[in-house]
Amino acid sequence: MADITTLEEAVADLIQDGDTVAMEGFTHLIPHAAGHQVIRAGKKNLTAVRMTPDLIYDQLIGMNCVKKLIFSWGGNPGVGSLHRFRDAVQNDWPAPMEIQEHSHADIANAYVAGASGLPFAVLRGYVGCDLPKVNPMIKAITCPFTGEQLAAVPAIRPDVTVIHAQQVDRRGNVMMWGITGVQKEAVMAAKRTIVTVEEIVDSFDIKANSVILPRWVIDAVCLEPGGAYPSYALGYYDRDNSFYKSWDGISRERDGFTAWMNRHVLGTASFAEYSESVAAAQVKEAVGA
Amino acid sequence: MPEDKWTSDEMMTIAASRLLKDGDICFVGIGLPSAAANLARATHAPDVVLIYESGTIGAKPDVLPLSIGDGELAETADVVVSTPEIFRYWLQGGRVDVGFLGAAQLDRFGNINTTVIGDYHSPKVRLPGAGGAPEIAACAGEVFVILRQSPRTFVDKLAFVTSAGHADGGNWRNDAGLPGKGPTAVITDIGILRPQPESRELVMTDLHPGFSMADAEAATGWPLQRAATCVESPPPNVEELGALRDLIGRTARAHAHG
Repeated sequence: MADITTLEEAVADLIQDGDTVAMEGFTHLIPHAAGHQVIRAGKKNLTAVRMTPDLIYDQLIGMNCVKKLIFSWGGNPGVGSLHRFRDAVQNDWPAPMEIQEHSHADIANAYVAGASGLPFAVLRGYVGCDLPKVNPMIKAITCPFTGEQLAAVPAIRPDVTVIHAQQVDRRGNVMMWGITGVQKEAVMAAKRTIVTVEEIVDSFDIKANSVILPRWVIDAVCLEPGGAYPSYALGYYDRDNSFYKSWDGISRERDGFTAWMNRHVLGTASFAEYSESVAAAQVKEAVGA
Repeated sequence: MPEDKWTSDEMMTIAASRLLKDGDICFVGIGLPSAAANLARATHAPDVVLIYESGTIGAKPDVLPLSIGDGELAETADVVVSTPEIFRYWLQGGRVDVGFLGAAQLDRFGNINTTVIGDYHSPKVRLPGAGGAPEIAACAGEVFVILRQSPRTFVDKLAFVTSAGHADGGNWRNDAGLPGKGPTAVITDIGILRPQPESRELVMTDLHPGFSMADAEAATGWPLQRAATCVESPPPNVEELGALRDLIGRTARAHAHG
């Protein structure tokens, strides 16, 4: 049953070192505030699952929270490389990181299987592709009815799924809309769930494409306005494309990355403080101080 | 030289846009494919249906999205569906006519690498990976690939096959039971390559104005053949060039504020 609590408490209570953690959000509603709190709490040895690792996992990887990454596309969307992800894979910095790599369709199906209580997912995929050669978790299966060879992959069952949504009502039910990605499946597949939200409302004004998660499938709901930034929350704020571009420079070198994270994430107590810290730095930069 | 009238990138995007037919259902990648598909929508194919893997079906963005899931894609879509649904019902279910992909590297049979340069386990350059491409390449009715042609991108042997085109050629796709036709056109800044009917090896079928077969050969890492029917691409017309520059200009202004 959902408790409306603080993010600090939710991360401390629900995420343990060594857990398999999925933080989902497909470009939209990426739970950045929660990612920062995992870093502040110093969580270690996580198996981190995410279709598109994106900036949030670049930060977790560079801060040495991740032992293993399960993913399907690891880039800075529209910009280029994720430098911390690349440095970990190419140079073992800050520590060797195991990778288990899939395609989007595969991971989407694997979450559906997890949510459905099934041991594996089946899809028409990977024919002629090299990923099964480097990922033993992708296997072939023969359809018992037609004889067709299909791909089988194990269900994803995270210990904890973390998502960001637009609204929670007073009873703890959660609503999101717009691009909702695999969040519903990732929540339903998980043992425990944390949801950060933009706003607490008395009742929902149901939008097109709304996904509603009843309070009894969620463990903790945390009010974190702006918590998806620099991704976006439809109806609240736009994606900050300029931040995605600037991340390329911030993250390119180890020292610069570490200094930035120490100052803005470890040096702040909350996402609200982080936002002020980054905004102040941007103003300083703009006036050339 | 035409370069004072248009750039080779503009010619590439315009040539790619011409291949989409009005009413095509197109599963489109971000970047060059999205630019070409939206140019088609702005010119000769107003009813092309653009599907982005973020789940936006029938997206009609006014500016090019920076990411695959920009808010404008959701706000202008006919419908927004979940990620499992987009891959299961719409792509794997056979609803997509054209898969429009980019690539880091491509070989003579239209196989694509977006995973790694060098050895997978100790890579020289780690690239983003597969995303939606393997299943788009497998399941779309046909596949267009757009990328700049150079010896670094058009290679004799891929370090990694992320998404299968025609594998090692011939009737491989059919024998493997893949539903789609695979790559039917590769559009570059130099021209267009298409697979030969039997071997499925990519050959030069179109050269853009100002480019010769020698230019194409020099930009290709395998002994590139020229189709007997190879033609010169029609140059960009005023409408195409105007629409493309408007689109790029609107995009630059919009993202400067973002």
